[in-house]
Amino acid sequence: MSDVSFVRTEMLPEQAPPASEVGALGWVKHNLFSSWFNTILTVVSLYAIYYVLSGVLPWIFQSVWNADSLNECREIMMATWGSTHGHACWAVINDRWLQLLFGFYPSHLYWRPILALVLLLVALAPVLYSDRVPTKMLIFSAIYPFLMPFLMWGGTIWGPISAALGFVAGWFVYSVLSKQVSELVGMIGAVVAAVIWWLVLSSYFTGAMSSVLPIGIEAVESRQFGGFMLAILLGVVAIGVSLPIGIVLALGRQSDLLIVKYLCVGFIEFIRGVPLITLLFVASLLLNLFLPPGTNFDIILRVMIMMTLFSAAYMAEVIRGGLAALPRGQYEGADSLGLNYWQAQRLIIMPQALKISIPGIVSTFIGIFKDTTLVSIIGLFDVIGLASAIRADTAWNGIYWELFAFIALLFFIVCFSMSRYSMYLERKLQTGHR
Amino acid sequence: MSELAIDREIDRSKMQVSDEVAIEITNMNKWYGSFHVLRDINLTVNQGERIVIAGPSGSGKSTLIRCLNALEEHQQGTIIVDGTELSNDLKNIDKIRSEVGMVFQHFNLFPHLTILENCTLAPIWVRKTPKKEAEERAMHFLEKVKIPDQALKYPGQLSGGQQQRVAIARSLCMMPRIMLFDEPTSALDPEMIKEVLDTMIELAEEGMTMLCVTHEMGFARQVANRVIFMDAGQIVEQNEPEEFFNNPKSERTKLFLSQILGH
Ligand SMILES: Nc1ncnc2c1ncn2[C@@H]1O[C@H](COP(=O)(O)OP(=O)(O)O)[C@@H](O)[C@H]1O
Ligand SMILES: [Mg+2]
Repeated sequence: MSDVSFVRTEMLPEQAPPASEVGALGWVKHNLFSSWFNTILTVVSLYAIYYVLSGVLPWIFQSVWNADSLNECREIMMATWGSTHGHACWAVINDRWLQLLFGFYPSHLYWRPILALVLLLVALAPVLYSDRVPTKMLIFSAIYPFLMPFLMWGGTIWGPISAALGFVAGWFVYSVLSKQVSELVGMIGAVVAAVIWWLVLSSYFTGAMSSVLPIGIEAVESRQFGGFMLAILLGVVAIGVSLPIGIVLALGRQSDLLIVKYLCVGFIEFIRGVPLITLLFVASLLLNLFLPPGTNFDIILRVMIMMTLFSAAYMAEVIRGGLAALPRGQYEGADSLGLNYWQAQRLIIMPQALKISIPGIVSTFIGIFKDTTLVSIIGLFDVIGLASAIRADTAWNGIYWELFAFIALLFFIVCFSMSRYSMYLERKLQTGHR
Repeated sequence: MSELAIDREIDRSKMQVSDEVAIEITNMNKWYGSFHVLRDINLTVNQGERIVIAGPSGSGKSTLIRCLNALEEHQQGTIIVDGTELSNDLKNIDKIRSEVGMVFQHFNLFPHLTILENCTLAPIWVRKTPKKEAEERAMHFLEKVKIPDQALKYPGQLSGGQQQRVAIARSLCMMPRIMLFDEPTSALDPEMIKEVLDTMIELAEEGMTMLCVTHEMGFARQVANRVIFMDAGQIVEQNEPEEFFNNPKSERTKLFLSQILGH
C-alpha cells in the first residue's frame, strides 16, 4: 500500500457551529465589527444617526398643535420651552389639512373624492393581487375609469356612459372586421370607429340623452380641484394609461413596418428630449392658440394628456429593455407552436418582458407621480401651489418646514407603498430556483 | 458525444415507412444576406421515416430544419409539408406550424408558466381545445415522458433532461404528424442525454415521422432508417445507417466520421 491511499471508515456526524458564529453576538460581530475599518464606519454612522435624530425628533414631538397663526404658535413655544427654535408648529397643518388634501373642492362634496379613492383601491385589488381576489372583480376595474370622472366632476351621467360606448363601438367593429377581413384591419377599424364616436357623435348623444333623461349629480369645476387629491388624480391617470400606451410604443418600435417603427421612435425621442414643464406650458398656454376659439378643453384633461404621453415615452423605453432581455428562443418556441403574433406577445413575451421591467416601470411611476407637483407652475393648486397660497396668508406668513414636511410625508407614503409593492410582485413572480 | 450505448431492445413493429409523402423539398436555396447557406436542397421524407441529419458545425443543419416550419424563410424552390406548400401566406404557415412539432437545443420552455401550462397553452389558444381536455392530454404526455409529478412546478425548478422531456411533451400535445429535433441533447450532461434519447426512441417506436439533427451516432445507428450528411450547405451523402457508418462514400463524410467517432 502506498502512502496516498486513504479510505474513510466512518462518516462524520453533523455538528453545531461555534457559539461566536450564531445568535445576536454572532450577528453583531459579522455585520458591524468584522474588521477595524468596518468598526470605524459603524461608530461614525451611529454618531451621524444620533446627531440627526437628536435634532429632528424634539422638533417633531415638542411641538405646537393648536394655534390660529404663526405668531400665536411662537408665543406658546416661548411660554413652554423658552425658545422658538427647534420646535415645530403643526398648528398650520391642523388648521389647513383639509385644504392641502382637497384644494377648493366644495367641502359638502368631500365624500365624492374619498369614495373615488376607496373604489380605486377596490378596482386595483384584482389587478394587484390577482391570486387572492376573485377574477370576476375585474369587471368593476373595467367600469371604474368611467365611474371615477363622474364622481370627481359630477354632472350628467351620460358623459361617462357615452365615453364607454366609444369602446363598445370599437370592440364591435373589431369583432366584425377581424373575423371577416383580418386582425390588423379589425384593430385599425376599431380605433377609427371609437374616435369618430368620441369626436363627432358622442356630444349629440350626451346632449340628447340628458335632455330626455336628466340624471346627474352636482357638477364641480376643474379649477376647484387641488391639493393632494389632484396629485393622486393626475398620477393615477398618467400611470394607468401610460402603461398600455408604453407597451404599444415599445412593440411599435420593434415592428417590421417601417412607418410604424419611425413614428414610434420619433414620438419617444421627441417626448424624452423635452422637459415635462415645457409640455405643461404647451398644455396650458399654446394649445389655446391652436384650438378654435370657444372650445372648452378642460385644463386638467390637457395636463393629464401631457403627463400621460410623457410617462408613456419613458415607459416604452423601459419595456423595450425588458423585451431586449428576452432570449430569441422564447419567440421561436411560441412560433413553433403555431401561436400568432398577438398571442405570442400577450401570452409569452409581454408577461416576461414586463416582469423583467418591474423595477424600471415602478421607478417611472414614482417619478411621474412626484412630477405632478410641477402643475403648480402653470397655476393649478396642487399641494405645492396651496402651500405657497397658505404662506401668503398673513396668519401663516413665514412658515416653511412644517408644510413641506407634511407634503413630503404624503408623497413618501404613496411612493414607498409603490416601491414595496413592486418588491412583493417581483418575489411573487420569481419562478426559478435561485 | 458519439456512441452512447442504447441498452434496450428496440421494438420495430410499428416503425414502418409508408408511401405517403410527409415532406418534399425541391431545389431549395437560402441566403443570409449574400451568404448562400443552403444550396439546392432536394429531399423527400415519407410518413414514418426517422432521419438523422449530421454534419460539421455551421453546415446548415439547423437552418434546414428551421425552414421546414418557417422559422426561417427560404428564397428559392418549394417546400411542401403534409400537402401544404410553405409560402408567405400566413394561414399556411400557421397550419404547418401546428402540425409540425419542434424541439430545440435550449428547450425554449416558457419560464413564467408551469409545466402543465406550458403543455396546454398552444392546444387551448391555437387548437381551441377546452381547458379540461387540454389538461388531460398534457398529463397523458407528461406521463409518457415520465414526469407527471412535476406538472405544477416551473421549468426553472427542473433538471435539463427533465426540461427537454417537457419540451417534447409540449410539442406532442399539439398532436403533430412530424417532429423536428435540433440537437436536443447537446446542452445536456451525459447522464441526462440517455433519458431524452429514451423518450425519442419511444416516439420512434410509435411510428412518428422524425427529423433529428444530432451527434448521437448510437441513436442514428439503431433508430434512424436514413442518415443525411450535410456540409457547406449541401446534402453530401445519404444512406441507410449501416452503410453510412461502415462504408461512407465521400471523403468529407469519412473525415467527419473519423473525427466524431474518434477512430
Ligand atoms: N441569422 C443568421 N444570419 C446570418 N448567418 C447565419 C444566421 N444563422 C446562421 N447563420 C450562418 O449560417 C450557417 C449555418 O448555420 P446553422 O444552420 O446554424 O449550422 P449548424 O446547425 O449546421 O451548425 C453558419 O455559417 C452560420 O454562421
Ligand atoms: Mg445548429
